[in-house]
Amino acid sequence: MNDAPELHYDDADIRHILKTVRTVAMVGASPNWVRPSNFAMKYLQGKGFKVIPVNPGSAGKEILGAMTYASLADIPGTFDMVDIFRSSDAAGPIVDEAIRLKDEKGIKVIWMQLGVRNDAAAAKAEAAGMTVVMNRCPKIEYGRLFGELSWSGINSGVISSKRQKG
Amino acid sequence: MNDKTDKTGAGPVDFGFETRAIHAGARPDPTTGARSTPIYQTTSYVFDSADHAADLFNLQTFGFIYSRLTNPTVSVLEERVANLEGGRGAVAASSGHAAQFLAFFTLLEPGDEIVASRNLYGGSITQLGLSFKKLGWTCHFVDPRDPENFRKALTPKTKAIFIEVLANPGGIVVDIEPVAKIAAGAGIPLIVDNTMATPYLCRPFEWGADLIVHSTTKFLSGHGNSMGGALIESGRFDWAKNDKFPSMTKPEPAYHGLTFYETFGDFGFTMKARAVALRDFGPCMAPLNAFMTITGIETLHVRMDRHVQNAQAVAEFLEKHKAVSWVSYAGLKSSPYHALAKKYLPKGPGSVFTFGLKGGFDAGVKLVESVELFSHLANIGDTRSLVIHPASTTHRQLSPEQQVAAGAGPDVVRVSIGLESADDLIRDLDRALSA
Repeated sequence: MNDAPELHYDDADIRHILKTVRTVAMVGASPNWVRPSNFAMKYLQGKGFKVIPVNPGSAGKEILGAMTYASLADIPGTFDMVDIFRSSDAAGPIVDEAIRLKDEKGIKVIWMQLGVRNDAAAAKAEAAGMTVVMNRCPKIEYGRLFGELSWSGINSGVISSKRQKG
Repeated sequence: MNDKTDKTGAGPVDFGFETRAIHAGARPDPTTGARSTPIYQTTSYVFDSADHAADLFNLQTFGFIYSRLTNPTVSVLEERVANLEGGRGAVAASSGHAAQFLAFFTLLEPGDEIVASRNLYGGSITQLGLSFKKLGWTCHFVDPRDPENFRKALTPKTKAIFIEVLANPGGIVVDIEPVAKIAAGAGIPLIVDNTMATPYLCRPFEWGADLIVHSTTKFLSGHGNSMGGALIESGRFDWAKNDKFPSMTKPEPAYHGLTFYETFGDFGFTMKARAVALRDFGPCMAPLNAFMTITGIETLHVRMDRHVQNAQAVAEFLEKHKAVSWVSYAGLKSSPYHALAKKYLPKGPGSVFTFGLKGGFDAGVKLVESVELFSHLANIGDTRSLVIHPASTTHRQLSPEQQVAAGAGPDVVRVSIGLESADDLIRDLDRALSA
């Protein structure tokens, strides 16, 4: 969906992120259950992630049982990753905010959703010592690397003669 | 074209075709460690909870509900075929015809049109040209020898171009690259039936195709024992770049308003074809057939090399035979498609081809009744060598003009060269031609 050069991430790096991140601030999480962000949030919750929705329009209300905040700064406590369900342009200021809050909130990873890519923001986040993934969905990557996506006939690219471990 | 990274975000692809033909999609069974893919002969799957069931029905999580939609044996085959074609995802079907139906049902609205090569398997000409009419879809058939013919037949209602790159009943190779450019220019997908070539001989996605369909019944399964089909998505077509594909880009009423392209991105077409077309029409592949086809694919590369080698030997023999007026096999230097075959099918142009008999229709009938080793039947892509007289069988429903246009005129005999000793095949044909 982008004209910029293809992005490539090693499976091992993505797997490491998905195995070490426990708490995700999801910017743009929607209370509407047919929206992709709501799908991804519910899936990640089912895999044991704590997902904190960030959406000014829903602030103070719960989405899928989790309290929603207006901004990253409003979230009490720490979170490992910021997952951005907004346009590529809107991702810029969100990443700036995440960089400001990096030490206070313990943010280690910036993840931009499928179709979201902001190379300038990514460069800034990486310079600040954060890991960045763009134009990918953590739900899809989790499903791909841990076998579930293959159940829907999707090409995982995984070749292995080891028995799948949970 | 043999680049070492795929385009799907799946990361570096370090494995060769042969390794992927054996391993892709098939890890040892997580519960038992079974190394061969188990046959999950079950209709349905228990839910963990009511909430899990709801998530599955809503497509919010991945998993198994009912084998009309997904089955663990069938999904191994789907991933393997998707992987070998270099695609993003695949959905299997009960036959190649069913796979085509899934593709067109997902693409087309009533009143829409298809532009197709006139050189197709006879059954596809009937499906696209006649049966689809009842669904409000119109197919325009064009001579594929000039790619511009596809452009000339486009209308604002055209939603896809459909070709066989290596065309049945044989010998014709379509110049896929310019056809793909015409489709891209019109903002519509190019669909390629890659049954005759298999991904070992030709990979249409590398030349710009957007969707591939297979009758897995043929060379993929390879042993003439299992019906099946597959629809594969490249993951590179942008369904949102125009308003031609509301079924991908608008909320789907048959799925509580889900928008498939937005939700599933580069495998949205596969999800839509499965969740709506396969769900609502039901042509699913049987688990046993998937198992047989998975097993067949594990030797695809070895078999195709020998199919090509035997076909070349038989074609060269027939070309010199006094009862034969012409041989249409792109592996022959005399073929007008020899150069295209070298480009698109560098490992060889398959093993199905046609030849003409000087004795016409009667000689064709006599030949198919005189062979001993060749089997007279309506199939291709078997270990066994097969022969048929298309004008009296597979292409019988077509008019005489259509038969000639499709390469299936009265004097035409089609063979699918198997894996027997080439000398034995040549001796059988020689004896039958002299009978």
